Amino acid sequence: MEKSFANLTITNHGIDRRGFLKGVGATGALLLTANWSWSQEQQKKYGGEGMPGGTKNDPKLFIAISQDGTVYITCARSEMGQGIRTSLALVVADEMEADWEKCRVVQAEGDEERYGNQNTDGSRSMRHWYEPMRQCGAVARAMLEQAASRGWGVDHEDVRATKHSVVFPRGRRRAGFGELAEAVARLPVPMGSAIRLKRSNEFRYIGKEQTLSADGEDIVSGKATYGADLRSVGMVYAVVSRPPVFGSKATSYDADAAMNVKGVIKVMEIEGTVVPSEFKPLGGIAVVAENTWAAMKGREALKVEWSDSPNDQYESQHYRRQMEEVAKKRGKEIRAHGDLEEAFAKAKKKHAATYYLPHVAHAPMEPPAATALLKDDFLEVWAPTQAPQAARTHAAERAGLPLEKTRVNVTLLGGGFGRKSKADFINEAVEVAKAFPGKAARVQWTREDDLRHDYLHTVSIEHLEASLSSRGKVTGWLHRSVAPTIMSIFAPDQRNQAAFESNMGHGNVPFAIPNLRIENPGIDAHTRIGWFRSVSNIPHGFAAQSFVSELAEEAGKDHLRFYLDLLGEDREIDPRSMNDGWNHGENPETYPVDTGRLRKVIETAAKEAGWGKRMRKRRGLGLAAHYSFVSYVATVLDVEVKKGGELVIHKATMAIDCGPQINPDRIRSQMEGSCIMGIGLATTGEISFDKGAPKQSNFHDYQVPRIPQAPKEIAVHLVDPGKEVELGGVGEPGLPPVAPALCNAIHAATGKRIRSLPIGEQLT
Amino acid sequence: MRTIRLNGEEHRLDTPDDMPLLWAIRDILGFTGTKFGCGMGLCGACTMHMDGQPIRSCVTPINATEGREITTIEAISKDSVGEKVQQAWVKLGVPQCGYCQCGQVMSATALLSRKSSPKDSEIDEAMSGNICRCGTYSRIRKAIHTASADLKGGT
Ligand code: FES
Ligand code: FES
Repeated sequence: MEKSFANLTITNHGIDRRGFLKGVGATGALLLTANWSWSQEQQKKYGGEGMPGGTKNDPKLFIAISQDGTVYITCARSEMGQGIRTSLALVVADEMEADWEKCRVVQAEGDEERYGNQNTDGSRSMRHWYEPMRQCGAVARAMLEQAASRGWGVDHEDVRATKHSVVFPRGRRRAGFGELAEAVARLPVPMGSAIRLKRSNEFRYIGKEQTLSADGEDIVSGKATYGADLRSVGMVYAVVSRPPVFGSKATSYDADAAMNVKGVIKVMEIEGTVVPSEFKPLGGIAVVAENTWAAMKGREALKVEWSDSPNDQYESQHYRRQMEEVAKKRGKEIRAHGDLEEAFAKAKKKHAATYYLPHVAHAPMEPPAATALLKDDFLEVWAPTQAPQAARTHAAERAGLPLEKTRVNVTLLGGGFGRKSKADFINEAVEVAKAFPGKAARVQWTREDDLRHDYLHTVSIEHLEASLSSRGKVTGWLHRSVAPTIMSIFAPDQRNQAAFESNMGHGNVPFAIPNLRIENPGIDAHTRIGWFRSVSNIPHGFAAQSFVSELAEEAGKDHLRFYLDLLGEDREIDPRSMNDGWNHGENPETYPVDTGRLRKVIETAAKEAGWGKRMRKRRGLGLAAHYSFVSYVATVLDVEVKKGGELVIHKATMAIDCGPQINPDRIRSQMEGSCIMGIGLATTGEISFDKGAPKQSNFHDYQVPRIPQAPKEIAVHLVDPGKEVELGGVGEPGLPPVAPALCNAIHAATGKRIRSLPIGEQLT
Repeated sequence: MRTIRLNGEEHRLDTPDDMPLLWAIRDILGFTGTKFGCGMGLCGACTMHMDGQPIRSCVTPINATEGREITTIEAISKDSVGEKVQQAWVKLGVPQCGYCQCGQVMSATALLSRKSSPKDSEIDEAMSGNICRCGTYSRIRKAIHTASADLKGGT
């Protein structure tokens, strides 16, 4: 290939990775304390160790130093805009005292046995990899010091690494990292010794501003490599005609017209496995050509007959009514305490509301694309994948090759948002590559393909009822959530939300309410449902946060006061006390749901936004706050609804407490991006179905925010938890509060409640 | 065979008349900095300059470029405005995933070449054809103002 990746040339030096550091016995804040100090049970279940492949902290795996002094830091998590290549690498650089200017980031190929877990989702990269990367850097620092002290014949304790050199102050000696590269490569990794981690006041990059992105310059000059940017002589380009309705198959096709298009080389069937779809391709007919344009023209000319599908009748309005009916009856109980019937019977006042949220599509700017090359019984893939190991397993299986003969190179992702965790498009590239041995084969999705064949965000009806006491306190809370589950892509008979969906703002609401029942009546899925940035927190959070605002109004109270009151006393709630305790995969002992932290972000956002100030006519502030991905985010939007219905968002104020802040600028950028995405799904985001197929096809009918719709200002406040806490997520928790804050602001400005998304034309 | 002038050089290539410039440049000439996002002129990921004007190359047939000068992201740093735009983008950490950013840089460069101190409303107008799904708009706006100030300061 003309472009190949640096990681292919950097190898580790064959040390026993599993044995590495095993002998470390000492524990304590400044010593190398690793995950295996946990009990067996915890080790299996939670955090990075609960993930397939676990974590690794071997410096020889992640760090290579060249003789010119360049430090190559390997990033094994996928970069999709969250800045993880920069953020993880700067942690390593900081601990090893490397100068960021002299560091280069190398992308790991998909290999979890070697690199530990690489599945980049769930806002977990930093919280699972911060400690291992620090350890890795700290060990490298110790080894550099050791190499220098040995060379000089002085005590290790008398030298120290500082800014890309090791110095011996008494002897006024200094050796650059490059000079030490060879010696350090020959050293064994110091097993069994205690490694000092830096104190926080010694950090150069961790928690600091202005660490430049590892990829910024490549990106703005067009040099960065994404999924469709690999090139090789004689490569072939394919687009695929896929079943218009999920569950249908090609019964016959006529390739003649397609073959007549100049540049078309081949028309071939791609076998699909429709049910359960998992991450397999949908199947269909591929048109392979000398360039992408010819393949697209060929597909236009292609004639395909499709079979009927059990989902042919999927129609969004009808499905909505069906969900509304289902939501009227009791469903599977997720959590309950107190006596809700009695609370409702005795209530001074009752209030109920039903909310609707449609499917939305991820629509990453980069539509799915992957390249595969099968040559001499070896399969190589280049793909923008969030799940490199899963992609590798799938690709190997498709090619009928063992894992060792399958390499998945991870390119930059032009956005992922959960879409690119699925290997369906990668499988397609492998299928085409199989038909063209020795040639690289690219499968390119168009935007139409992307919107019509997504693993969509679920669609839901959220029904809430509550009772209020005479003093305006909430005495009872019922929340029924009806939504097709992600589990349906693995087992089609699944009709109920899994714990990882329920405990996204439904089963784990941290409100102090004496009588509560959380229910999930079941419903069938009729399309592929998938993880979309922040997942079920979107509908659950939208409904709960809109409803709190409605209840405040019913009680005649200020929304902010009312919400803080609803949270009750500051307390740390054990997730296991609420239901089965699933808490974004984290240890319930170290990750309680902390209402004090939630209160603090609410107070911060409210204060910074000037909550309570007099607003001009048709202008209002709206508040929402939500706990997700073990982080706490509050948002206040300042909006104006002009006569005629034009919506102007003047300012967004966001406050996040994600625990320790490793790369503050990237935390802010994730909040900014979440704000825009939230505005988009609230105002225009909708994929609707007719006769089993999505109606939307491109950005004219699936509209996402453009620069005029963006708030003029997004002020992000990073809130210090004020106590020792574990790291939280960043990529997703900013999203759930945005839509409800927006609708609450619209209510404040106009008195109108939005209970059905998208807002669309409802303001005109 | 036809000839196109791309980034100051002539290239010979054999394509049908209606092949969009985007695919000719990406697949045939091999410059991959320009991205495909929608193919319908809706997203701006494929923005190039034709005689200095921003165009959507996904809907510009190659035969419409006869005798014109095409500039892509690969050469924009040679333009003094383009260079300042790129620098401001990096300095303010505008890119997230980066996929839209070549198009954003091309549109911003065209704007600042035409109007050295654009007002917010002019930025809205010039940049509204460029979608950023990662939502980097507030930084794009700031970076355009920064580049504008840098250009005036002659730094
Ligand atoms: S790809 Fe050309 S405007 Fe979207
Ligand atoms: S930076 Fe990702 S689409 Fe703009």
